[in-house]
Amino acid sequence: MNDDKLILGGKAFSSRFILGSGKYSLSLIEAAVRDAGAEIITLAVRRANTKEHENILDYIPENITLLPNTSGARTAEEAVRIARLARELGCGDFVKVEIMRDSKYLLPDNNETVKATEILAKEGFVVLPYMYPDLYAARDLVNAGAAAVMPLASPIGSNKGLATKEFIQILIDEIDLPVIVDAGIGRPSQACEAMEMGAAAIMANTALATAGDLPLMAAAFKAAIEAGRKAYLAKPGRVLTRGASASDPLTGFLHN
Amino acid sequence: MLKINGTDSDSAGKTVEQYIAETNYNLSRIAVEINGEILPKSLYGSTVLHDGDTVEIVGFVGGG
Repeated sequence: MNDDKLILGGKAFSSRFILGSGKYSLSLIEAAVRDAGAEIITLAVRRANTKEHENILDYIPENITLLPNTSGARTAEEAVRIARLARELGCGDFVKVEIMRDSKYLLPDNNETVKATEILAKEGFVVLPYMYPDLYAARDLVNAGAAAVMPLASPIGSNKGLATKEFIQILIDEIDLPVIVDAGIGRPSQACEAMEMGAAAIMANTALATAGDLPLMAAAFKAAIEAGRKAYLAKPGRVLTRGASASDPLTGFLHN
Repeated sequence: MLKINGTDSDSAGKTVEQYIAETNYNLSRIAVEINGEILPKSLYGSTVLHDGDTVEIVGFVGGG
C-alpha cells in the first residue's frame, strides 16, 4: 500500500482526497487539511482583497499542492485567462479547468473544457478538467493532454452522491488516466463506493462545509476513501445472481 | 479615468507599484492584468497607468 501513489503531472501523492476550501471559515482550513490527510487543496481566483483582509494562503500548510480552479469561466478563453492569472500568483502549474454556462445546475461545458485543456496543456499546465462523464469528451481530454479527468457524481454542492455511477464506471474502465470523482459527493459511503469502483481520488468541498463538525467529517472521508481504495486493490468478491452460498461447512451437522 | 477591478479610478500617471503600495495590497498575494495582458511583477515599477486602462488585480480565495 505504501507505494500505491496517485500520480498527477509527474508528482506522486499518497492521499487520494482532494480538499475544497470554499464556503467555510479560513480558521478551519488547517484542521480540515490535517484531518483529511489531504495533499492537494483547491482554490478560486477572484478580484483581490487588500491587506486588511486575511489571505487564504496564510492558512494552508506549506507542503500542500495548490489546485486553482477556473470557476467563473463561461468559455475556454475565460478559463485560459484565469489559469494564467493563477499561475502568475506563483503557486505552481496545477489547474482545475471548470467552465459553466449554466448557473442553475452548474453543469460543465465539455466542448469548451476540451478546448481550454488543449491550450493549457501546451503551455505546460497540469490540467485536471472538471467534466460531465461522457466517454467521447473524456477521450478528447486525454488527447488534449489532461493529467486526469474529473467527472461529476451529481450537481455541484448537492450532496446527492453517485447519480452518474454507470457513466463514471465507463470512464474508469476505458480511460487511461486517473479518474477523480468531483462534485456532488455528500457522504463518506459515496466516496468509498466510488473508490471501490476504481476511482483514483475523490474531490469534496460542500460535503465538509455543510457538515456539523467539519474536521470530523474530513476524517470520516479520509477513512472511507482509504477503505474504498484498499477494497478496490483487494478485488471485491463476486455477487450471486440468485440463491445463496453457505459460509459454513456443509458437513458435520448435528442431525442425522 | 481608468477601471481597476470594475471601479473607476483616477490613478493615471502612477506606476502599478505606487498604486499597489497606496491601496495596501499584499504584493506577494496578487497578480495584475492590464488590458487583458498579465503584467509580470518585475514590470510593476516601470509600468505607468493610463486613462482608459482596464486593470484587474486578483488573488486566491476559498473554492472547490
